[in-house]
Amino acid sequence: MTTTPLPEHPDWLWRNPEPRSSYDVVIIGGGGHGLATAYYLAKHHGITNVAVLEKGWLAGGNMARNTTIIRSNYLWDESAAIYEHALKLWEQLPEELDYDFLFSQRGVLNLAHTLQDVREGVRRVNANRLNGVDAEWLEPDEVAKVCPILNVSADTRYPVLGGTYQPRAGIAKHDHVAWALARRADEMGVDLIQGCEVTGFLKDGDRVVGVETSRGRILAGRVGLAAAGHSSVLAQRAGFRLPVQSHPLQALVSELHEPVHPTVVMSNHVHVYVSQAHKGELVMGAGVDAYNGYGQRGSFHVIEHQMAAAVELFPVFARAHVLRTWGGIVDVTPDASPVIGTTPIENLYVNCGWGTGGFKATPAAGLTFAHTIATGAPHPLNAPFALERFTTGALVDEHGAAAVAH
Amino acid sequence: MLLISCPWCGPRDETEYHYGGQAHVPYPETPADLTDEQWAEYVFYRDNPKGHFAERWMHSLGCRRWFNVLRDTVSYDVLAVYRLDEPRPELPTLRDLHQTAEAAGGNR
Repeated sequence: MTTTPLPEHPDWLWRNPEPRSSYDVVIIGGGGHGLATAYYLAKHHGITNVAVLEKGWLAGGNMARNTTIIRSNYLWDESAAIYEHALKLWEQLPEELDYDFLFSQRGVLNLAHTLQDVREGVRRVNANRLNGVDAEWLEPDEVAKVCPILNVSADTRYPVLGGTYQPRAGIAKHDHVAWALARRADEMGVDLIQGCEVTGFLKDGDRVVGVETSRGRILAGRVGLAAAGHSSVLAQRAGFRLPVQSHPLQALVSELHEPVHPTVVMSNHVHVYVSQAHKGELVMGAGVDAYNGYGQRGSFHVIEHQMAAAVELFPVFARAHVLRTWGGIVDVTPDASPVIGTTPIENLYVNCGWGTGGFKATPAAGLTFAHTIATGAPHPLNAPFALERFTTGALVDEHGAAAVAH
Repeated sequence: MLLISCPWCGPRDETEYHYGGQAHVPYPETPADLTDEQWAEYVFYRDNPKGHFAERWMHSLGCRRWFNVLRDTVSYDVLAVYRLDEPRPELPTLRDLHQTAEAAGGNR
């Protein structure tokens, strides 16, 4: 019997440099958004004297914990614009980064189980089309054609009354996305510094001039905060407040199965979203745990609830076994839309509040945040998502399209 | 699953309760005089500490009364439970962490 030799270990995708004493820009948070921000700072603005500081390991927070769903079918013009721009970037990034991160446009179904769901879904499809987002309303028999293993019979507790469908939506391999961005950013001169926790901010009056870290003092011309669940903690260290609450958000995978699930199914009403990863695991998530938490774990009854919903929708899953469950910390805003913009501290910028939906926005978050940091003013796509909206009242309420209970 | 002692009913599973967010946020005394910034603070901004947090819970499947909980947002340990008319307690010592129903004021 001949054995196939293991493939060569790939070259390291990025250096592991020691932090220098100063940078033009320091990004706090080495997740997807921080890496994408560094990438676009270098690519679009020619700013390469940049450090990304990550307290743990690269992309080990929510970038490693999300359910990898990518879609742009949000209700309001402001959201549709930024998420659709992200989707268009996703469509070109594998080639641009020369890295096949398995972006699979297999479509996303958002199911409706009540008359109210149906009305909201149809309204959202119409709004999406006006914004150039591919969206369709499917009746139950059409839902069954897209996803044959879904139980669309009338004799369930919450029958499927239809659903919205976005064919260009899909999933991607989250770790590979981070590695692809990290490799390119590194090649352009960005220092990716792991194991480097920001413990304080150096300020000259109301202007930030650097950060204190677990690996020493680092001076910075500008500082970008992209720390997801820990944004409040860092904002407090910098001396301002953010309108976000940090919650645990849990997900789980089954053991590997043959390909049975051709698309992504989300149900707001019975609280589950499911896809099947390329390797074969069923990947599921649900709503956030109600309480504030930084523990990267949640309560088991939330898992039980989402499993019940999944088995109701997919009877074929009844004998599948859970392989593992985990949690991440998501920072949720009052209107379920992100905050990307300036802060009360000069030269300190913030990208936070993505709540349960940050992964899908990774390229657009990076592009707009890089623009905001480089020019000191927001890109047209993120101008509506300024911190000031909570004072002016111009909220962008996406609780419906966020599709995850907050 | 958290185990929370309702001040009136004693220890019950988390699923019997509803979460109410940060405690001790009083309604503005002179609402007509508030600036937009002050209204934004009151309506949208809440503390989000990593560590001890005083928060409201409601025993929605029991006595349906609101009360306050002092909880650690990292370990999720419930550190103290107290009624709305009681001040936030000083930090309890370790042996007080797991209160009985009687100690927590239950079974009255």
